[in-house]
Amino acid sequence: MALRTPIRVMATASAAALALTLSACGSGGRGAGADSGDGALVWALTQGSEATFRASATEWNKQHPDSQVTYQYFQNDPYKQKLRTAVGAGNGPVLFENWGGGGLKSYVDAGKVTDLTPDLDASPEWKNRIFPSVLKSATFDGKTYGVPVNGVQPVVLYFNQELFKKAGAEPPKTWDDLLALVKKFKAQGIAPISMGGASKWPDLMWLEYLVDRVGGPDTFAAIAEGEKGAWSDPAVLEATRMVKQLVDAGGFAKGFTSVSADTGQAEAQLYTGKAAMILQGSWGYGTIATGAPEFVSAGNLGWTGFPAVTGGKGDASNIVGNTANFFSLSAQASAKEKKAAVAYLRDGVYNDTYIDSLLKNGDVPPVKDLDAKIEASANADWSSYVYNLTGDAENFQLSWDQALSPELGNDLLTHLDQLFLGQIGPEEFCAQMDEAAAK
Amino acid sequence: MSTAKAAATPRQQGGPPFLMALPALLLFGVFALVPMGIVVYLSFTHWDGLGSPAWAGTGNWREALTSDVTRHALWLTLKFMLVSWLVQTPVSLLLGVFVAGRQRYRALLAVFYFVPLLISSAAIAIIFKNLLDPNFGLGASLDLPLLNQNWLGDPELAFYAVVFVIAWQFVPFHTLLYQAGTRQIPASLYEAAAIDGAGRLAQFWHITLPQLRYTVVTSSTLMLVGSLTYFDLVFVLTGGGPGYATRLLPLDMYITGFQSNEMGLASAISVILVAAGLLLSLIVVRFSGFSRMRSQQAGV
Repeated sequence: MALRTPIRVMATASAAALALTLSACGSGGRGAGADSGDGALVWALTQGSEATFRASATEWNKQHPDSQVTYQYFQNDPYKQKLRTAVGAGNGPVLFENWGGGGLKSYVDAGKVTDLTPDLDASPEWKNRIFPSVLKSATFDGKTYGVPVNGVQPVVLYFNQELFKKAGAEPPKTWDDLLALVKKFKAQGIAPISMGGASKWPDLMWLEYLVDRVGGPDTFAAIAEGEKGAWSDPAVLEATRMVKQLVDAGGFAKGFTSVSADTGQAEAQLYTGKAAMILQGSWGYGTIATGAPEFVSAGNLGWTGFPAVTGGKGDASNIVGNTANFFSLSAQASAKEKKAAVAYLRDGVYNDTYIDSLLKNGDVPPVKDLDAKIEASANADWSSYVYNLTGDAENFQLSWDQALSPELGNDLLTHLDQLFLGQIGPEEFCAQMDEAAAK
Repeated sequence: MSTAKAAATPRQQGGPPFLMALPALLLFGVFALVPMGIVVYLSFTHWDGLGSPAWAGTGNWREALTSDVTRHALWLTLKFMLVSWLVQTPVSLLLGVFVAGRQRYRALLAVFYFVPLLISSAAIAIIFKNLLDPNFGLGASLDLPLLNQNWLGDPELAFYAVVFVIAWQFVPFHTLLYQAGTRQIPASLYEAAAIDGAGRLAQFWHITLPQLRYTVVTSSTLMLVGSLTYFDLVFVLTGGGPGYATRLLPLDMYITGFQSNEMGLASAISVILVAAGLLLSLIVVRFSGFSRMRSQQAGV
């Protein structure tokens, strides 16, 4: 569920990636270039925080002429494959951006990533400024293999204030409120909820939240541990039933299964007044603010947390989403490269100018004691909401498709798609996921 | 080149020397045969693309041959092949015969029909994705309920939507084949038929169609074998969804290999794909009489 790439750029990006591979070969593999032998080469993504990365590299290199950082940028989807191939071939960069969770774990299991725990423990002021709930996504067996480098991406419920006002409705506090709102908006000929269902991963946000609200964080923890029969847990079954209930009640806009989440058309349904609500990651704010700036500046965009479920075990302050993106250190890098990279992560990332730059782009970094800075930032309302939401959250669950192994994550998305389409029922979904997990 | 001169150098009589084929053979070997061998080897291993491949015996093969997903993908590919052929052949045959005339307006139309072939698959997929969008697409904008269906989101419709878009892309190419084939038919045949009192329909049925026999075989072979490789357009248009509704075999291979990181299983699927392609070509050649092609114009 990380930042998704519009597919139209994939072809060009692949070509660019190929060209970069060739040029990288020319400059001698994973080194930072011929002129600075003990610098660090960083691979990062073009979307999201590229502007901040660029500024940070320029500043760092000015102050540290003897250990330069060099960034190379890639598009999201081709990047995953390029990274895998390059690291598998022993040709990866010194630092690479990733999403933590199951994806990072497969690199850890293959022995390709350096354990950063000793370095973090050696500099408490570095370790202690990061939200522990976020650091958890890159921590396996008590060892930390990555540090967050950009903003948190919790999933929130956005709504169209205008439509709510017209309908005399309040943002939903509980699941029953939400179901009542579905009826209310349907009666007015407005789609209650829009969703980019063709991309499958937006479906997952509903299941993640419902499982958490019904069964608490332990339910998914058991799934992530690979416990036998964990997918048939009563809480998962109940949550899938609630999903089905919402779909059957016509909660989602007609044709939601053919709306792609990459094109911003689900968000467009919200700000054009076709739909009243959308559940989306924090990047949805950027999509809406770009697509309809006047809609946001007029105060028509509302947001709230996922509703509580009466009688459920999960705390309503729990959130799901992408914790942040991480930089991980290659195990194949030389000692000098590692030293330079750790120094950059410690002093160059999340320093004052870095944080200012993130906030300016609407990114909210998972760093403690930022309230004053956020109140002074451009999107203060939104940024402080996200900041407090993340800071107050009892539990911040990493998106399941990132937390699980890529193989199981893929099965999950397809089966979930079938559940939303009504091709399989809740019981069948749980049974099939148990079967897939047992493989 | 006179035959007398050719006879004077007997070494060349059996065609160009083998050495001249060497570069091509070398390229084919390095870029086709060797990778294919590696894929066969990988199909017997577990490999996530990161570490080193671990021997897995026949595990991947058992899974590929028994898994519902792959079997469904294979079945879907066959269905897709057949439906595509049934849609594309008549349309391109009729269009081809139509634009084979020499009138200027037909030449103009031929140019228009040809345009889809010039656009890349990815671009076509993105265009259609937007046109078929239920909220902001063609149907919604023009307020045409008939056109405003959940084309790419309904498991039944999505399959036919993909068939349609692929037909839109490839009909021009086959039209071109039929146009060329039709222009090869001697005018004398039609003149004779006209004298005998045959109408346009009879002429088409008794002259054009039989004369185009080998064009049909060529076009069908390309269509059927081509159906096995459709990937880019489907990938961008539906990503194999909704559910498994458009997960054709090449797409299944890609998703298994590069999204689930099961390279071994993906290799097994790709070997099945190669085998299916070879088998299909052989069948088409065998049963169409392509191998013993005779002149189409005996007695003319």
